[in-house]
Amino acid sequence: MLEIKDLRASVEGKEILKGINLTVNAGEVHAIMGPNGSGKSTLSAVLTGNPAFTVTGGSVVFNGKDLLALSPEDRAHEGLFLSFQYPVEIPGVSMVNFMRAAINEKRKYFGEEPLSAADFLKLMREKRSIVQLDNKLASRAVNEGFSGGEKKRNEIFQMAMLEPKLSILDETDSGLDIDALRIVAHGVNTLKTANNASIVITHYQRLLDYIKPDFVHVLYKGRIVMSAGPELALELEEKGYDWIKEMHPEL
Amino acid sequence: MSALQQYIDLYNEHRADLNGHAPDALNALRPEAFAALQGAVLPKRGTEDYEATDLEAIFAPDYGVNINRVAFSADQAGTFRCDVPNLSTCLYFFNNDIFMPGRTARMNPNNPVVVESFVEAQQRHPQLLKQYLGTLADLSKPEVALNTLLAQDGLLIYIPKGVTAEKTIQVVNIFNASQPLMAMRRVLIVADEDAHVRVLACDHTQISDVQYLNSQVVEIIAKRGATVDYYDLEESTAHTSRVSSIFVDQAEGSNVLVDGITLLNGRTRNDYYVQVNGEHAETHLLGMTIASGTQHVDNHTFLSHNAPRCKSNEMFKYVINDEAVGAFAGKILVKPDCPRVEAYQGNRNICASSTAKMYTKPQLEIYTDDVKCSHGAAVGQLDEEALFYMRTRGISEAEARHLLMQAFVSDVIDGVRLEALKDRLYHLTEKRFSGTLSLCNVCGSAADCSKLDIIK
Repeated sequence: MLEIKDLRASVEGKEILKGINLTVNAGEVHAIMGPNGSGKSTLSAVLTGNPAFTVTGGSVVFNGKDLLALSPEDRAHEGLFLSFQYPVEIPGVSMVNFMRAAINEKRKYFGEEPLSAADFLKLMREKRSIVQLDNKLASRAVNEGFSGGEKKRNEIFQMAMLEPKLSILDETDSGLDIDALRIVAHGVNTLKTANNASIVITHYQRLLDYIKPDFVHVLYKGRIVMSAGPELALELEEKGYDWIKEMHPEL
Repeated sequence: MSALQQYIDLYNEHRADLNGHAPDALNALRPEAFAALQGAVLPKRGTEDYEATDLEAIFAPDYGVNINRVAFSADQAGTFRCDVPNLSTCLYFFNNDIFMPGRTARMNPNNPVVVESFVEAQQRHPQLLKQYLGTLADLSKPEVALNTLLAQDGLLIYIPKGVTAEKTIQVVNIFNASQPLMAMRRVLIVADEDAHVRVLACDHTQISDVQYLNSQVVEIIAKRGATVDYYDLEESTAHTSRVSSIFVDQAEGSNVLVDGITLLNGRTRNDYYVQVNGEHAETHLLGMTIASGTQHVDNHTFLSHNAPRCKSNEMFKYVINDEAVGAFAGKILVKPDCPRVEAYQGNRNICASSTAKMYTKPQLEIYTDDVKCSHGAAVGQLDEEALFYMRTRGISEAEARHLLMQAFVSDVIDGVRLEALKDRLYHLTEKRFSGTLSLCNVCGSAADCSKLDIIK
């Protein structure tokens, strides 16, 4: 589904990603862990096409297409989704108008008619229940005045609405209390099928108790320095990142 | 020759004709206007409060003035459809600056509310014209004196004491002359004690390649306890200029809302002069400007608190795109011995392109200690983070920009105290941002409304 080869990227002239290699197949959950500043969020930003970052080398193929050649909106239409670490507040734009625009632009991309108002509201209702998002929140402006937990639930709600093939969850556990974490994880697990995949970016093992990864990768100084099964997350939780750093004095 | 001189010469030449067509109350104002124009010059760009706008240049082209009251045919059916749907209004048409009595949807004759052209009022209510016309208009402003010198008709709206005008009164101004023309438009609104009225004025231009100039003077008198809502919507063309002066006088306990909306235009200068003369009066001064291409929109406000314990709220928002220019200069004056005045002024602007320009000048001048006043002005760009967030959800960059611009002006639209107009404005601004408001080069808004019918 996703094949990243030797991906390099920089921001303001500083190279952050220094040759990432990663393959994700349908039905898989990959966890990317790593110390602060290792490039985890840069990877998600580059994959979704954030214009603040410049790709300086490598390739990314997503379902047979050159991902890096697509605009952010077309990447979304092709089935890529990012749950933001810091979801953006958009005063004055209602959740309803925001989601309607998103859904209908995707339908347009595939040559389909816009969804009728009734069908759209039915879909909103249905997907809202997955993350227990209150109707009141759904009628407010996008993320405006939402608590940290509400913002993250709203991200998973949008994911449910858009039914992506590949979801990147960037630090979705940060700022969540244990109950909100359960709700968010439940939402992600409910949406998991044999045909979609997820990349879970996190600092801590905690989220991985709820969302079970098939693979765990350690990102350090812009490179994936270790990949293994779920047991690696437990080892990291126990030993921290120092032993990884010691293994790579050259970086 | 200065821009003014050509019109003064015109007046000298046709004085008798002008006076013959116009009501006495208007003719009575002319000598003073004429005197005021002796040696006067229109402000040029760079003059105080004209930092961005050159009135001399706006008046310089050789516009015709319809001295002989030649009738033009107006495609009123087309414009009529631009009307605000779901809003039942009493409708009054001005074709260029000629009142069209045959096309109006008037008040029931038993209704005590008076809505008449000045020429009609000369016959039926001459005392109202004599008592109120010209009492607020400041002839030291050359553009106001010029309008007073050449105007031949106008609309009188009078709401007697304690009466509520149930229906909104709508004035539709249409430009459709085949030659460059200056229309001299004039509106007088008098809400007597405890009277209530809502007025919606719409400017339309039906021919897009002819130059027009709309010279407008509006006087609004709100007596004790009266409520007046005045909405002024401009939807014209790149070749239409507009110089408008709106004067408001508020007595004790009155509540006035003035909302100036520029959706499409060429060059526009709107002046708002508000005198708050009675205690416990409330003023809402709102403005929304959407400008693209080479549009030019300049709003200047002067709000004077002359009495204690009054409230005023002023908010102007601009979205400036392409090479367009926006300007705002607003001043709030609180005179001595006016305690407990609460006045707020805000001006928020988005420059949506790197070539758009915005000038802003907020001013407070306060001579009383015990008051709450504040002002704020900001010029910025669309939020890049929000744009990217929306794009990751599949919303195209263009659509994301529309949604953000729409969101930006939404609180000014929410200030509209007329539900049907609010809905209509949301619709019009959406069309405006998506670029479909100006599709038809005869009457963009008419084309726009025919699309509406299909959607229904």
